[in-house]
Amino acid sequence: MKKLTGAQIVIESLIAEGVTVVFGHPGGAILPTYDALLDSKIKHVLVRHEQGATHMAEGYARASGRPGVVLVTSGPGATNAVTGIADAYMDSTPIIVISGQVPTTLIGNDAFQEADIVGITRPCTKHNYLVKDVKDLARIFKEAFYVATTGRPGPVLIDLPKDVQQQEHAFKYPDKVEIRGFKPTLKGNPRQIELAVAAIERSDRPLFYVGGGVQWSGAAAELTELARGLGVPVCETLMGLGSLPASDPLCLGMLGMHGSYATNTAVCNTDCLVAVGARFDDRVTGRLSDFAPKANCIIHIDVDPSSISKNVEVDIPIVGDIKLVLKEILAAVRGRESLGARRPAWTRWHQQILQWAKQRPLYANGRRDGQVSPVAVIEQLHKLTGGECVVATDVGQHQMWVAQLFPFERPRSLLTSGGLGTMGYGLPAGIGAKFAAPDRQVVVVSGDGSIQMNLQELGTVAEQRIDIKVLVLNNYFLGMVRQWQERFYNERYSYSAMSVPNFVKIAEAYGIRGFRIEKAEELAPVMKEAFQTPGPVLVDIVIPRDEAVMPMIPPGGAMSEMLFA
Amino acid sequence: MPSHTISVLVENEFGVLARVAGLFSSRGFNIESLTVNEDPLDPTVSRIVLVTSGDDQILEQINKQLNKLIPVIKVTDFQGVETVDREMVVVRVAVDERTRSELDSIVSAFRGHVIDIGQRSVTVEMTGDADKVKAFIALLKPLGVKEVVRSGKVAMARAVQSRKNHRARAGREEEEVAR
Repeated sequence: MKKLTGAQIVIESLIAEGVTVVFGHPGGAILPTYDALLDSKIKHVLVRHEQGATHMAEGYARASGRPGVVLVTSGPGATNAVTGIADAYMDSTPIIVISGQVPTTLIGNDAFQEADIVGITRPCTKHNYLVKDVKDLARIFKEAFYVATTGRPGPVLIDLPKDVQQQEHAFKYPDKVEIRGFKPTLKGNPRQIELAVAAIERSDRPLFYVGGGVQWSGAAAELTELARGLGVPVCETLMGLGSLPASDPLCLGMLGMHGSYATNTAVCNTDCLVAVGARFDDRVTGRLSDFAPKANCIIHIDVDPSSISKNVEVDIPIVGDIKLVLKEILAAVRGRESLGARRPAWTRWHQQILQWAKQRPLYANGRRDGQVSPVAVIEQLHKLTGGECVVATDVGQHQMWVAQLFPFERPRSLLTSGGLGTMGYGLPAGIGAKFAAPDRQVVVVSGDGSIQMNLQELGTVAEQRIDIKVLVLNNYFLGMVRQWQERFYNERYSYSAMSVPNFVKIAEAYGIRGFRIEKAEELAPVMKEAFQTPGPVLVDIVIPRDEAVMPMIPPGGAMSEMLFA
Repeated sequence: MPSHTISVLVENEFGVLARVAGLFSSRGFNIESLTVNEDPLDPTVSRIVLVTSGDDQILEQINKQLNKLIPVIKVTDFQGVETVDREMVVVRVAVDERTRSELDSIVSAFRGHVIDIGQRSVTVEMTGDADKVKAFIALLKPLGVKEVVRSGKVAMARAVQSRKNHRARAGREEEEVAR
């Protein structure tokens, strides 16, 4: 068999895994692999900072369901990638990070650009590897892709010393993976499924609470069929938005800290909560002791057993892949005619929730002082894209406005940093998404604070002529920080006001068309022009600084203690 | 909070102990005692026996989180299981003619051994469960203990379990489903 270098084995392994694009930045310890990359058909996207590469890989993975791949050098290259790795870990995103490392002979010597990246990323990867011998390389790649994408997805890092990249070995990509300690349960226990269906049937006010797991499992269709078949309403976490089409009356939108009154009130009144691929995060539950107080049965379907009964004690756990379990539940439901008798009660319950929504709608109509309301921006975005676009957001007020107001009609449409809450996620995630879904319109919605955290990736956008529209909701403040300071810190605005550059000029300096909107009447025409402009554009939209995201559960408060505008 | 013994079978490879220990520190769990050894029957695996404390909910999380680590092959929680467990202690005790016979009688009563003899001190070893080790050290203290080295605990389920404990396990079966 012909021998390949370690670097060539890396490239061949990526090809064997069907990888067509990698996001990265070269440097000393990864140069052999970059050299081999030049001869391959894999597209390389040169980033301006390694954090950008990891978020691009996340955006790619979230939009496509396939793992994103990152290539960085040792030391600072690898440590710059850590935030994105931690972000991927919190949001269960499959990415493979390949980091160069100093030669094995120098490891532990404080060599130039050496960092113990395996040690640093141990708590924020699903698994990581240090490759010490070229003969292990192909097996490790096979394992890494398997681990990243099987069960609850997550990031895997492969640390690759320079000499291992240069050594030669025969290449054969393994067909199978055998890891004794990693055998996730995928098929739900039939007895638990039976118990769950019986519990739903007994309940008068059942409610689905669905999270990102539904999207990762590709189970949106099954969930939609089940919810519609039963007539049971669905609320979604930030990561679960789009699991059920927003236009379906059963879709109640987001629950939790910035969930609507109707949705959170539904959670407070349900007698049977069915959690599907969600993890009872504190931003969802509010004060745990008062979460879903009337639920006498909580059912939890999740592929990760450690998510079950971690925060909230669950009555009926079902460990398994969401898609498989929902299929089994659908089969059980079809054969159960007694469920039909429950429909009138559940319809009454659904009507009750819709009544609550009418009582307290999310936002009253727009501002009248000529300033641009963020609500109007989201509505305009929906008008221009028909709700079919991919929206990547950063973190803060703009993120919550998108989550509350943009009606996502399909899964894999909202890319956002939920668990880690990483400002700077949006722009690179949007870039990654465009490579995953070149035919879909990709829009980045950011804030003036967040966009500055990975602003340098406009260089990547410009170089690759990536067709994305970037909207900056600019209030010259770290808006969410300001909102908390206003309400919980006696209006003491400690370092949350921010001087902001001329974003239009910055965009233009990169060769990207820039627009600015300051008045309400400019919103519709300028947004329209921006979206009709081919290629990348940036739109700087000035919004009032005192606009708050409402309603809100105060930190540490219970779901029933919502504050309103 | 009560102590619990957990036995973890792991791949015998570089960095696994760091993963297990790191999991405990990053999730705020406590390690009271720890022993690690290559399995004499199968050198591809190692066994970690650790003693931790926490309520049922914490223990369940520890179990699940350990199982989530890729190189962890099997987690055996000895909660509600009758076990034999042993620790070993090595003690250097100051001696003179006056105390030598008292030391000998303590060591023989605890079925310990003298393993090293110096001019002014004797080193003894003893194996037993935690209470026995504690009592042994307490009795030696008045003689003048110069140095104590105590191992972590090793444990194994008893071959025969009493009926009471069988019932306790059956009650936990429902939870097992979630694992």
